[in-house]
This record gives sequence, structure tokens and C-alpha cells, in this order.
Amino acid sequence: MSFSNPTRRGLIKTGAVASAGLALPTYLRADGHSGFTNAPTGSTVTLGFNVPQTGPYAEEGLDELRAQELAVQHLNGEGDGGMMNTFSSKALKGNGILGKKVEFVTGDTQTKSDAARASAKAMIEKDGAVMINGGSSSGVAVAVQGLCQEAGVIFMAGLTHSNDTTGKDKKANGFRHFFNGYMSAAALAPVLKNAYGSDRKAYHLTADYTWGWTQQESIAAATEAMGWETVNNVLTPLASTDFSSYIAPVLNSGADVLVLNHYGGNMVNSLTNAVQFGLLDKEVNGKKFEIVVPLYSELMAAGAGANVQGVIGSMNWNWQLQDEGSKAFVKSFGEKYGRPPSNSAHTCYVQTLLYADAVERAGTFNPCGVVEALEDFEFDGLGNGPVLYRGDDHQCFKDVLVMKGKENPTNEYDTLEIVEVTPRAQVEYAPDHPMFAGGELGSCNPGA
Amino acid sequence: MFGLNKRDAGLLLVVAGLALFAPFLLNPFPTDSAMAQFNAGYPDLMQRFVIFGVFAVGFNLLFGLTGYLSFGHAAFLGIGSYSAVWMFKLLGYNILPGMILSVVVSAVFALMIGYISLRRSGIYFSILTLAFAQMLFAIAYSDLIGRFFGTPITNGETGLQVYTSDPQFFHSENLPDIPHIFGQKMQSTYTLDVGAWSFDFNFGYYFCALILIAAFYLAIRIFRSPFGLMLRAVKSNQQRMNYTGLNTRPYTLAVFVISGMYAGLAGGLMASMDPLAGAERMQWTASGEVVLMTILGGAGTLIGPILGAGFIKYFENIFAKINDNVLHSWFSFMPDGLENLMVALVHPFVGKGWHLTLGLLFMLVVIFLPGGLVEGGQRIAQRLRGKKAAEKATDTSKTPAE
Repeated sequence: MSFSNPTRRGLIKTGAVASAGLALPTYLRADGHSGFTNAPTGSTVTLGFNVPQTGPYAEEGLDELRAQELAVQHLNGEGDGGMMNTFSSKALKGNGILGKKVEFVTGDTQTKSDAARASAKAMIEKDGAVMINGGSSSGVAVAVQGLCQEAGVIFMAGLTHSNDTTGKDKKANGFRHFFNGYMSAAALAPVLKNAYGSDRKAYHLTADYTWGWTQQESIAAATEAMGWETVNNVLTPLASTDFSSYIAPVLNSGADVLVLNHYGGNMVNSLTNAVQFGLLDKEVNGKKFEIVVPLYSELMAAGAGANVQGVIGSMNWNWQLQDEGSKAFVKSFGEKYGRPPSNSAHTCYVQTLLYADAVERAGTFNPCGVVEALEDFEFDGLGNGPVLYRGDDHQCFKDVLVMKGKENPTNEYDTLEIVEVTPRAQVEYAPDHPMFAGGELGSCNPGA
Repeated sequence: MFGLNKRDAGLLLVVAGLALFAPFLLNPFPTDSAMAQFNAGYPDLMQRFVIFGVFAVGFNLLFGLTGYLSFGHAAFLGIGSYSAVWMFKLLGYNILPGMILSVVVSAVFALMIGYISLRRSGIYFSILTLAFAQMLFAIAYSDLIGRFFGTPITNGETGLQVYTSDPQFFHSENLPDIPHIFGQKMQSTYTLDVGAWSFDFNFGYYFCALILIAAFYLAIRIFRSPFGLMLRAVKSNQQRMNYTGLNTRPYTLAVFVISGMYAGLAGGLMASMDPLAGAERMQWTASGEVVLMTILGGAGTLIGPILGAGFIKYFENIFAKINDNVLHSWFSFMPDGLENLMVALVHPFVGKGWHLTLGLLFMLVVIFLPGGLVEGGQRIAQRLRGKKAAEKATDTSKTPAE
């Protein structure tokens, strides 16, 4: 049998298919007539929950997922409604969003920009998600936010604390409810001054990525303004698990405060290392050695155990808050999962509700309508007091909590106590503040 | 035709057919059915299939032919991506300059790393390549070059992105703000709805698929060339070749560079489909992944690496997305207690546990099918053909399977 004939035919066929493929006109996946990416057509709408389920921030991610599931239940009218009852906007009725039942898909960011983008793309392209929520790392948040901007869906950031997320990397389709490094520094500085005095030498260990850099910059600026001296700043890779080689030089540096710009598993390990080296029992320059963890979380505190006792840090929200919204959320979360929610869980829950509410108020899932509804939106009853979603950079402005590791915890969740609730006015800044300058919000992208 | 014999031409046609009809083949289930979970025919994953296919085919040229196990190939993938994104930043979103630069730069790096590493063979070669790759990873991850020059070069953990403030010399108003080739956007997709089915035809995917077919064709030619024969001789007995007075080093270095260029091309394609380059794609786990792909599919075979790449990417993207909610909906027909039991039993193997499933399958393949998925296919074919053909096939299987 001569093989040249079939091959030639195959070649012609192949060529025909290929040229047909190449000649296809430009269409986006969403139907052209609906005007935006993944316009929900059936009786359901799909949200994408992209959280780290493996890697250094996995604990946070799994707690976010619990809260997101709870939010979907509440939106669909199941359970006790949680914060929907205390939310100042009453647009949500417990019948889904715009009458469409809410469904969700989940993905694993692995706390890697590449993996996070792949899983977000899958949600947008395969599952038809109109909104991506979650994440526990600023590197990932920045990467996924950029993707959502290109694809034309809304990104409701989860836990991301870098100034860049709503600073130089801000995007019109992205929104952040969580606070940031600048706010932490502004809230912490006065408390640190009261507790440790204004004549201190600080040594920074910083996670080597966008969050670590901007938080370190913020904390150094705020503490230097009140008289502290920054002795050194050492960058540590995010993937590190053992920090003893970074801790040893601290002892000989003449510093009397160690600032750990670490989060999640990193912070648990570095704090444990620091305590094992006996840093907290040392006296340097005639003062007791202190450790500061600017960004706290109850999951980290639980992981670090007794090591957090007396250590000061800041948080976006804590389950011990006694306002109606927080109580309602803690109650329904606790009844479902038998544990109090973390502040990463809180921010994801709130972001999901805020998105749903914005869609209801806009009357459309079109990202441009949602952006318009969220910009300069003022609300209350979601656990942080009165909050403003600033239109200039899509950052929420609200009170910041300063926390301290409890000396005598009564149970495994009672590890932190609230030292001070720093009022919103004290942590506000101008949209063109130098630490946030350099980016452009651009205009909203509806995709299609 | 094309200078291929009948069997190779057939193989090329199979690969071309698989690549061109992938949108149909990967979406066998209706969109709204419960099985739609297992559909893989969406643009991002299809792109990944063929891009990692290119990567694995290139890796197999080195590993399959010479037996040199490079454990640092992901470095070239990352270098390719960074080069492409830099072209986007400097010149504009047309992907051609980026693709060319990514191949050139990875070739330069492959030449340098290969020149040093190939002085040793076996485990020492593997360790050397691993060391170089980890060095490059650390440089990219902490952006050491960028810190030296005071401007981001790899942008560390955040990854290198294109900003509107970048120069983009050839960018103009009427060109799209996303990767394109002469104005044709990579992400443009045509969705064909046939009854309950929906098929996505993505321009970027077909671009990658054509490159895969070209790359595969080139790989066949290299396999069948005198150069390829020389490489196989290196694999079977390098010492004897040296004793006969042949210097094998130029051959191994040449194939190392070619293999690095394949990886760079794959990296450039990755950046062209999604204009962000992260350091993670250079990490040793990524290097290990391509080794797994090649072994799983069948090292030294032509089509094996492509199958292996598809297999692993499918698990990573499809199994990882099955959460407890999905499991509950699968087993919802059972009584409550039994449903929860089934969910608890399956839970460790899906979602974040996909590595476990993949690991088990990898073990099964390596133990029972040492020749990879290709051997599995051959065995099935033998069963179908009957005993006589089977004897014939066992004879040929002593020579490297193609």
C-alpha cells in the first residue's frame, strides 16, 4: 500500500482544519450579545473560590473556604442568614443573587502565582465563574487580580495585606476589603510607643515578596517617625521552613526589638525559632527584648502556641468583637463548624456578601455595573463598624485592631486579646500616598 | 512524504489529529451533565496540554536518546517565559519577538549549563543540572539581578507582569492590550454549541498546537537522523565510543542545547498565553514534573512524553477541582450515613489530594508497565492482534520502542 496518498489527503484535511481554525473570527467565550464575560443564562450563577489548600498558607485557605460555603448558604436562604441580618444594605433577600441560585467552584492556589492563575482561569473558562474570591497571599492576589482584569470578571480579594494590591498593582475589576501594611503600621506605632518606649532598635525579618516588602517599608517608616532605629532588614524566601540561621545574627546586632514581617506557616516557624533561641528572655541595651508580629491571625497564634504570649500585632477583625454583625457571624460559623472564624474567613465571607449585594443594587452581573455599585459604597453591620469602599483605589477603610498574645489562654481559640481598636481616621491616607503611587486603576473591563 | 517512513508519518498524523480535534475529544460530556466535571476541553487546559507536550518532547530528546537525566530543565522553561514577558514589556504584545528571544536566550543558557554539566555523566550530571536550576530559581525568586541593577528583572515571587506604564515600543492604539499575533488575540475563543455539548475553539490553543506538531515533526527527524543514531550509541555505551576515538561531547552538548531550546519555546508559549512569568515554574518540582511526564508516557518513545504531559496536567487540573461538595452530589443517591462514608473514603484522593492519586498511578505504571503508557497501548494492541503478532512485537520491543 502506498502511503503517500493517505498522507496527502491527510495533509489537505489537516491544512483545511488548521486554516478554518485560524480563520475563525474573534469571539470571546461569553455570548457576544450579553455584553460581558460569563453572563449567567440559566437559573444559577457560579462564583469561584480560589484559596490555598496546600503550602504555607493552607490553614488560612481552608478557613476561607468554610466561610465562603457559609456565605453561599446564607445567600441562598439556608441557615440563619448570618451577617445578612445586620448588614446595613438590605438588597439581599436570601433568594440567591438576582433570583439566581448561587453555586460555587473551588480551586487550589498553592500560594503560587502560576498555579493560582491556572486555577482561576479554569474557573472562568470552564465553570463560567463571574467572580473570583479568596486567596491568602498578596503575590497571588496581584497575579489573579491582573488575570480577572484581562478576562473581564470581578476579583474580590481575600486576605492580602500588601500595599501594592490597591497601590501600584490596583485594577478596576479588583476590590480589597482587608486592611494593608500602611494601616497596620499606623495603628501599631502608638501602641508600640506606649508599650516599649520611643528609644528602640528594631531588626526586621521580612518575607521576600510584595507583601513583606511593603509591610516592612510601612512599619519601618512609622516606627522611625516615633524615634525607633531600624538596625537591619533581612529578606527570607517565602518557602523557608527553618529560620534559625536568620535568628542567630539578631542577637549580635545590638537590636532590642525583632519585627517579624512573616505570615502563616512562616510566622509560626520564625516565632518558634526566635523563642527557642531565648530572645524573649534577653536584655539588650538595658531593655527587655521584644518581638512584634505586625500582621496577626488566630490560626497563626494557635499554631505558635505559648510562643505568642505578650507579642503585639494587628488584625482586620477578630471573633471576640461584640458588635451585632460579628456576633451573628461567629454564631452561625460556630454552629456549622464548631470553631470561631479567623479574620481571613471573615474577609472572604464579607467580600462574597458585598459582591452579591452590589449585583443586587446594580441589577446586573455586568462587572462595570458591579464596579459602579461598589465604588464609594458606605456600609455598616459587617463586623468592622462603618466602612467605606473608596472609589479611587478600591480599598476599604475601617477601624484596625491591635492585638496581643494572651498570657493565660483559657482554651485553644482564646489566644489573642484586643488591646486597642484604632479608629478609621487614624489609618486613612491619600490615594496618591507615595507608598501607593505608581499604578493606574484603569477602567472596568466587562470582557466580551 | 516529509522524509518520514510510513510508521512515523502515521504517528505524526495521530499527533496532529489529537491536537487539532482536542476541543471535541476533551469535551465528551454534555455541559450540564454530572460528568461535565471531567471535561478538559477549555482553552487554558488545552494550551497547557500542548505546551507541556512541547516541553516533554524536547526533554525526551535528551533523556530518551542519550540517557542523560537532566534534573533542571524547568530553568529553561522559566528563562523562556521571562524573555517573552520582557519582549512584551519593551516591544509590545505581539508574541513573535518574545518567542524568538525565548528560544535564543534559553539556548545560550543551555550552552553554558550544558558545557559544564556534560563533563560528568550519570547521577553527577543530574545533580549538576539540578544545582544550576536551583541557582537560577533562587536568583529569579529573590530577583537578585534586579536588586543588583536597582530595577525589577524577574520581580521575585510576585512574578513579572506587563504594566500600562511599560515602554511597549511597537504598541499602538488599535492593537489589543493582551498577547496577540498581528492583531489576532490569543485569548479569542469561538464557542460552538451542538445540542447539549459545547466546544471551545481558542486561537491561542491552535497556535500552540501547530507549534507542537512542528516540534514533534522535528523530533521525529532527529530520532531518525544519523545524529540521533549517534545519541543512541551514547546511551548504550559511551565508553566504547570514546575508545574508538569518537568524541561524544559535541553530540551530547548539541542535543542538550536543542532540548533547552524546546523548553525555552514552551516557556515562551506559556507567557504568550498568559502574560505573567513566575519563578515557581523554574523550581525543582517543575523539573521533576517533566521527568515524571516522560517516564509515565514512555521514555525514549516519540509519542510517550506527549501522553505523559496530558496525563499529569489532566490530574493536576481536573482532580484537584473535585471538592467535598461535588462528592456529596455524586453520592447523594445513597442513604446519609453511607453517603458520608463514601465521601470520607474518596476525599483523600481528590481535591488537594490529587498528588496521592497521581503517585499511586505512577507507581502502578512504573511497576507493571516499565515502558510507560506507550507500553500499555502496545500490550492492548497485541492482545487485539492475537498471539502471532504478539511474538513479533516482543522481538521488536527489545529495541527502543517508538
